[in-house]
Amino acid sequence: MTAHNDKRKSEDKRPPGVLMDAGDIARALKRVAHEIAERNRGIENVVLIGIPRHGVPLAERIAGHLAHIEEQDVPVGALDVALYRDDYSKRLVAPQQTKIEFSVGGKIVVIVDDVLFTGRTVRAALDALNDHGRPAMVQLAVLVDRGHRELPIRADFVGKNLPTARDEEVTVSLSELDSEDIVRIEKG
Amino acid sequence: MKKLQRKHILGLRDMGAGEIELVLDTAARFKEILARPVKKVPTLRGRSVITLFFENSTRTRTSFELAAKIMSAEAINIAVAQSSAAKGESLKDTLLTLDALTADCVIIRHPNAGAPEIASRYLKGQIINAGDGFHEHPSQGLLDMLTIRENKGQIEGLNITIVGDLLHSRVARSNLYGLTTMGAKVTLCGPDTLLPQEFAGRARLETDCDKAVADADVVMMLRLQQERMDGVYLPGVREYSALYGLNARRLAKAKPDAIVMHPGPMNRGVEIADDIADGAQSVILPQVTNGVAVRMALLYLLLGGDED
Repeated sequence: MTAHNDKRKSEDKRPPGVLMDAGDIARALKRVAHEIAERNRGIENVVLIGIPRHGVPLAERIAGHLAHIEEQDVPVGALDVALYRDDYSKRLVAPQQTKIEFSVGGKIVVIVDDVLFTGRTVRAALDALNDHGRPAMVQLAVLVDRGHRELPIRADFVGKNLPTARDEEVTVSLSELDSEDIVRIEKG
Repeated sequence: MKKLQRKHILGLRDMGAGEIELVLDTAARFKEILARPVKKVPTLRGRSVITLFFENSTRTRTSFELAAKIMSAEAINIAVAQSSAAKGESLKDTLLTLDALTADCVIIRHPNAGAPEIASRYLKGQIINAGDGFHEHPSQGLLDMLTIRENKGQIEGLNITIVGDLLHSRVARSNLYGLTTMGAKVTLCGPDTLLPQEFAGRARLETDCDKAVADADVVMMLRLQQERMDGVYLPGVREYSALYGLNARRLAKAKPDAIVMHPGPMNRGVEIADDIADGAQSVILPQVTNGVAVRMALLYLLLGGDED
């Protein structure tokens, strides 16, 4: 853990506790968009589905980059996973609106979320997606991968890999939902 | 997220605006599930929800059962006529038995006001009142409020007129409590014999239906029950229909964009004319759909875990 912290310090000219600023987030999303286009050799059959709340604006931003890179629009949807979580009996989560106005059947679905942590949200998203159809392939894009997986799940596209301690808290703020673009870490 | 500040849903009288909004917001989001090809989410897997109805009901019971099944709970209906209650089992023993059968939630309709409250003493799980005597029918009040909010954007400040047998209506009571809590201006209208003065503090009371409907944003008609149609309360059906039935002429006095509601089942031609029930201003069928969403929300909020 000390090693992680040292590494963070050495590469960081940012204020303490700030992992990514607005410029870092913008560059990471642009690269992720390029990687999505590269991996799928274009975006012909690709759709983006964000997990509310922060995954949705991230998906929209990536779609914006893809439209620029490939000169083609990518459909964007929102998939709420609250009702598919395995910890419902322990923790009540407010359901958000699911909005998928296209068929996911036969598509390459890229699930977009802000932070990949235990993997349980993604597990729930895979179940939820199943109820909307059978995609040809499902990929995962996240802004931050902070480790500590509890399930065999990995991301295909990662904005930034961040070694963290389990009790630390990573929070993503986006201008669409919050006041600014910033990723912060706090001691748990 | 916040939980409801209560274990049971017995009525809307003591439910605050924040709690009502929580139920309506949750229900509004659940409507999306009803529009899906696969109407099922795994959320309440492994929970048992029992409907215990001591009175006849089609839509309320079906609506609760459907809500439970969409949320993947085990929904079991107890037909009271074929149950031990028909053999003289007391409400207390019925509930103790359901508790021993590990029921997580019992939805109860009973001819006596207060029966759900009594039932709640004997069950470790949750009770939802699906109508008790002339007392309350909270899930109906909530689905009506969801329908109003969907159509009007908000409830606060609306003129809402409820017409019919206010004395015997649990639907009217739940609506009156909920709507006034949310800031609506409620007018209750019916013949003197069916218009209790106890409501005067919360609502405007009016025996002239034309005056009551004038300038209304929402006109809610109540079912006139067969047993009240003749005798003590009313001279007869035709007179009631002429004085209190909703027809095109009377509805024209309301705001042009007023919506017409009815909790069903309707007596067409008695409290509501055919062309109004099926007309462009009617939201009677959307009320039924919203009933499923509201009941899903109630089950979700009651059977869930701790606050986030």
